[in-house]
Amino acid sequence: MTGTTQIFRDAGSDRMHRAKWWTSRIAIYGALTIWAIICLFPIYWTVTTSFKLAPDVMKGNMVPWLDFTPRWKGWQSLGLSPDVIFQTSTVREEFLKRFWNSLITSLTSSGLAVVLGSLAAYGLSRFSYRFGFMRNSDISFFFLSQMILPPVVLALPFLVLYKSLALLDTRIGLILLYTLMVLPIVIWIMRDQFAGIPVELEEAALVDGLGIWGAFFQIVLPIALPGMVAAFILSLVLTWNEYFFAALLTATDAKTLPVMVASQTGSQGINWWSMAALSGAAILPLVVVAIFLEKYIIKGMAAGAVK
Amino acid sequence: MSTQGDLLHIVTSDTISPRRVRAGRVLVWVAGLGFLGVAAWQILFASGRVPWGFDNWRPVLLAYLVWATALCAAQVIVRGEAGKRTLFILPAVLFVVSLVVFPLLFGLYISFTDWNLASQQGMQPNGLNNLRQMWNDAFFWNALKNMVYYVLAVFVEYAIAFGLALLLNAQIRARKFFRVTFLLPLMLSPVAVSWMIGKSMMEIRFGPLARLARELGWDRPSFFGSPEVARFMIMAMDAWTFIPFMMIMLLAGLQALPKEVIEASKVDGASAWQSFWEVIFPLMLPVSVTAIVIRVIFKLKLADIIINVTSGGPGGATDSVTSFIFREYRDRSNVGYGTLLAMVYLVLIIIFVTLLLKVVARFMERPQ
Repeated sequence: MTGTTQIFRDAGSDRMHRAKWWTSRIAIYGALTIWAIICLFPIYWTVTTSFKLAPDVMKGNMVPWLDFTPRWKGWQSLGLSPDVIFQTSTVREEFLKRFWNSLITSLTSSGLAVVLGSLAAYGLSRFSYRFGFMRNSDISFFFLSQMILPPVVLALPFLVLYKSLALLDTRIGLILLYTLMVLPIVIWIMRDQFAGIPVELEEAALVDGLGIWGAFFQIVLPIALPGMVAAFILSLVLTWNEYFFAALLTATDAKTLPVMVASQTGSQGINWWSMAALSGAAILPLVVVAIFLEKYIIKGMAAGAVK
Repeated sequence: MSTQGDLLHIVTSDTISPRRVRAGRVLVWVAGLGFLGVAAWQILFASGRVPWGFDNWRPVLLAYLVWATALCAAQVIVRGEAGKRTLFILPAVLFVVSLVVFPLLFGLYISFTDWNLASQQGMQPNGLNNLRQMWNDAFFWNALKNMVYYVLAVFVEYAIAFGLALLLNAQIRARKFFRVTFLLPLMLSPVAVSWMIGKSMMEIRFGPLARLARELGWDRPSFFGSPEVARFMIMAMDAWTFIPFMMIMLLAGLQALPKEVIEASKVDGASAWQSFWEVIFPLMLPVSVTAIVIRVIFKLKLADIIINVTSGGPGGATDSVTSFIFREYRDRSNVGYGTLLAMVYLVLIIIFVTLLLKVVARFMERPQ
């Protein structure tokens, strides 16, 4: 048994093929990794900076425990580190108040937009309306055209209007505006969802004696629920991050988190660690949402795109 | 944009008594007159013709809400089943109309006044002075020119987003991890982004991006010093946040493509390049156009990052129209003029988007 001549071997073309496969794999994963780093590095930088001291920042240390020892300095300045969490802290109260404002306004306005928008989208996808010269397509266009309305056009009239209505610097005022802002997007997503539900389901329900509202709540709503969650989360992202209206229409009471973050940058030079902690805390909720509810976000954005 | 499901056809035999109809009408009229009465009284009080009234206009708002509720209720009372159908869209219509149309009309009035919050006189109509001022305002035209650049940057974003969507659509492991990672920038608030990247990572002395730039041989990196670089950096940050948006839409489009066509092109011997350019790309055109149009609409509102990173500097090189008007309000309290600019911008946007949709519609018809 000396001859080790291989009887079966890959032909040259096959080997080339394999080499090509490997290059394409490497290229694909290389590109994916590079973009993943581009996406993640700013977040990583913010989170690590919130645990750094001034010298660490200046030396440009990056890796915790290896380059520098993580300290609670940044979170301490927010009153959120373990050693001060049980003491009273004005900064923490301020932060929690802003956080709470952001939470209330974004959740309520998204909820309101989903309720109003779903009803309107269902009506538009099932019944034919006629208000004067406006038919269904005109009404749809009316709603969707709100999307191009730039916030800056509404900002000042609302400032004056809210002043006389005593709604300036209140959460209700912000909620109304935010609802208006995300309503067209909700209608856009939900119209698509309802159009995908076969009308026979409601017809069967009507034959069985439900009214149209009964059919809507008992038959259609459960089916359209994932779409509504998607619309809700997308609205949540937009309203949580909204800065423009909040900056103009709130001063002390109803100030939201983005306004707080923005107002810190100018004041006293840049206080790196506390800014990092603040930014980190501001983005954390939505990062968590993105990780766990990614499916719905993608569903919501895909809804309008593919027909 | 005309997704319309099957219509639900309902035949109902409503017998509504004349008394019920009358009751409904009376309800609307009473509530409406109540609203008008409260509003009129408050106007008289505000102009000092009656001695007492409310501290603010909130009761008028409440009266309006009562009227709106009465209007919704009356739909069912007067028109029965047909009214129940109207009830689906009436709340949304009332909401949008009252929150958009009235403020827009009011804004139109403000924009032809010389109102400055800092001056004590209140507003005085000043005819076309604001328009004349706008005509000579180099900074406004500069901001408009910048918007053109910003909008054109959408095409670059589109190319990158398409590439990423193709990557995510390929046969890869850990797809969910990459999808979530690529989605993350979209979740971050522009304000946080402007600190995280604009102010911290691009800090000239210690920021990691400045260090990287030095490593790569740019001796004294300054990201917001010269107009071109500053504008590019703003574009890059905005792109960073919004590329995932287009990417997800394009990915959804790619996943909905008919597999057979692509396989058929492979069987016919098309290379990867050919099957992309001659099969996938043309099939993706409708989705691409939707994604680009929506992205352009979002881009026209660009402001947060600019306000927080450069405040329009250096010398207005990064200003968008929105950030320019924001500063007009914030720093100069020049309310009348700022509102006029906003109105002009709205008109320009409406013209631009209408033209865009027209062009798109014609462009999309041709292949068929």
